[in-house]
Amino acid sequence: MLPVGDGLTALFPHGGLRRGSTVVVRGSITVLLALLAEATTQGSWAAVVGMPELGMLAAAELGVVVERVAVVPRPGAEFGAVVAALLDGMDIVAVEPGAGLAPQLARRLSARARNRGSVLLSCSSWPAADLELTCGAATWSGLGLGHGHLTSRSLPVQAKGRGAAARPIRRDLTIADGTIGEQAPPQPTFIGTPFADLVESVGPVDPAAPAPVEVAG
Amino acid sequence: MSTRTLAVWCPDWPVVAASAGAGLAIGLPVGVLAGGHVSACSAQARAEGVRKGMRRRDAQGRCPELIVFPDDPARDARLFEVVASAVEELAVGVEVVRPGLVAVPAKGPAGYLGSEEAAAERLVDHVAARAGVECQVGIADGLFAATLAAHRGLLVEPGASPDFLAPLGIWELTRLQDTEERNELVDLLRRLGLGTLGAFAAVPERDVATRFGADAVLAHRLARGAEKRPPSRRTPPPDLVVVERFDPPVDRVDAVAFAARGLAATLHGRLAAHGMACTRLSITATSEGGEERSRVWRSADPLTPAGIADRVRWQLDGWLRGGPGVRPSGGIDTLRIEPEEIVDGQVLQLHLWQAGNDDNSERAARAMVRVQSLLGPEAVATAVIEGGRGPGDQVRLVPWGDEREPRTDPERPWPAKLPAPSPSIVPATPIPVEVFDSKGKPVRVTDTHGFTGEPTAITVLGEPKAVLGWAGPWPVDEHWWVQPANRRSRMQVVIDDEEQQRALLLVARAGTWTVEGIYD
Repeated sequence: MLPVGDGLTALFPHGGLRRGSTVVVRGSITVLLALLAEATTQGSWAAVVGMPELGMLAAAELGVVVERVAVVPRPGAEFGAVVAALLDGMDIVAVEPGAGLAPQLARRLSARARNRGSVLLSCSSWPAADLELTCGAATWSGLGLGHGHLTSRSLPVQAKGRGAAARPIRRDLTIADGTIGEQAPPQPTFIGTPFADLVESVGPVDPAAPAPVEVAG
Repeated sequence: MSTRTLAVWCPDWPVVAASAGAGLAIGLPVGVLAGGHVSACSAQARAEGVRKGMRRRDAQGRCPELIVFPDDPARDARLFEVVASAVEELAVGVEVVRPGLVAVPAKGPAGYLGSEEAAAERLVDHVAARAGVECQVGIADGLFAATLAAHRGLLVEPGASPDFLAPLGIWELTRLQDTEERNELVDLLRRLGLGTLGAFAAVPERDVATRFGADAVLAHRLARGAEKRPPSRRTPPPDLVVVERFDPPVDRVDAVAFAARGLAATLHGRLAAHGMACTRLSITATSEGGEERSRVWRSADPLTPAGIADRVRWQLDGWLRGGPGVRPSGGIDTLRIEPEEIVDGQVLQLHLWQAGNDDNSERAARAMVRVQSLLGPEAVATAVIEGGRGPGDQVRLVPWGDEREPRTDPERPWPAKLPAPSPSIVPATPIPVEVFDSKGKPVRVTDTHGFTGEPTAITVLGEPKAVLGWAGPWPVDEHWWVQPANRRSRMQVVIDDEEQQRALLLVARAGTWTVEGIYD
């Protein structure tokens, strides 16, 4: 079992990345990177294949130990051979398979991961996945109209898979300051119009029953 | 017994090469800078108080008229080819140890020219006449002693090398191998009170081996005046030779350099398959006219794929851009790389050492070398976080096997650096966007780093999106004294993308906006 950060354990039926499994993380590169953080901190090696646009600075901020992450941005036609070689040596191999991934190759690589006890992470669909994390749209806070900066986001994640993971698990994650936590009780978000302006524009609000302000998202 | 070795040393070679490359006269204060520190300086600069390792500002403080050049190993190697070929006219078996230093077995020239003294004198004159540079010659037993003798312009009698080395300072051990590991060892020995090579040599080898690492054993051999490598040198099996034929013949350096990378990866892969690494490499090029050029490179450390590729590139650069007599008449037809001396890969497995010593790291390193053999040495990298302002500037991908040293310090304050979180996607090619205010007018950045209007909508790839939140501009005035067009401003926006929030980092440069990062 490879450990994941505290906020992510609830998504995994075994509490972490089970060695030999194939996990799909769709919809958020940040969540994919966050999965590497705990394992690399504890001395595991990871590789990232086929993601030339990956922001490694974001990875470092999430706690990923970047010196233990091999980056192969452009594997080209050798995708299968490269991933196979990396599965031999690394504990986690994250891949972007691109459009033309043959199902046989995908099954072979998953089998290789199972054989070697490494974890294959894919950021798009993979035919033989054990677990799929689907991340929904993020709701950002910290940014106003002309002031502030992006600080945190919350996003819903659903985990569904085979066997023990057949029952979908839903969690709302909050990512702030490089850590991931489960959603705290909902707070008003100040995205868009500042709260005070909004109150003015909609007119007097009954103080006894403050309606939740949902401007966007 | 070590072989009698003759070393030809050109003092301050990087300075000589840089001055020659820039067409400067001899006798000016010149310094070569690597990473902001002086890595070499001319005698005139030294007389003004400039020293190796000094920071640029300190050096220029001591010597305001100092002319500085960036460090460029390719330039050093290219211009050194003239010297190497001048030495080769009088002696056989020339080995380039590094640009600035060649070694030859002393027996040949000494026999041909009468005596070792005559050979040394003749070589100094010949190099000066042919290449127009000054050099010093030293003869002693073994490469290490010969190099130190060359620094002093001495001939050490056969068998007298240990006595010659004994009184010399312990820091001389870093002369041939200026690695961090060796420097640490020297520092440690000095703190232990072993200030001279003789004092270190007097420690029994067994005690050195049990207390320090493998590198210390090699250093101990050098200090005793013994040959650097243990005698169990292995003869390379013939199948390690790598040959590449070019059809049509190539005469452009970049084309050959490209091929060199592949050859280097192949050679390194074959060596690694035998559990070996190469310390001496022979590079032979044949031109379409049938001329053959050959040169042997020697390295203190086993060569990495990048090290092999660099040497091949430097050598070809030297030949193809050399003067008459050096440059072949036609393009290069065949390129042949042959390991001449190999050591057990285990002696100094640079790749593995870089990774760390635990099992995990060794496995990972092996996998990465395997991928390098599939895709080429540049294809596998690890990221180094550096100082900088934009999300792209703060990350440099260093090919596996190269040194992971940040060029700029991330801990220093970088004004206008964006606060965390950073975008998780940094588009390789900027995506153009247009930003509009509520009246539909394009938003621009004014000279005083303000916006001409409040952004309310942007158009990405032709699709309009509403702006839900924005902050900025964060001005970046990097190198504005060099290029006024480097003025940039950044803005964070959250847009409404089909009822979902999407956060982007935009940058404005010369009036146009692009997406620099996506917070995915």
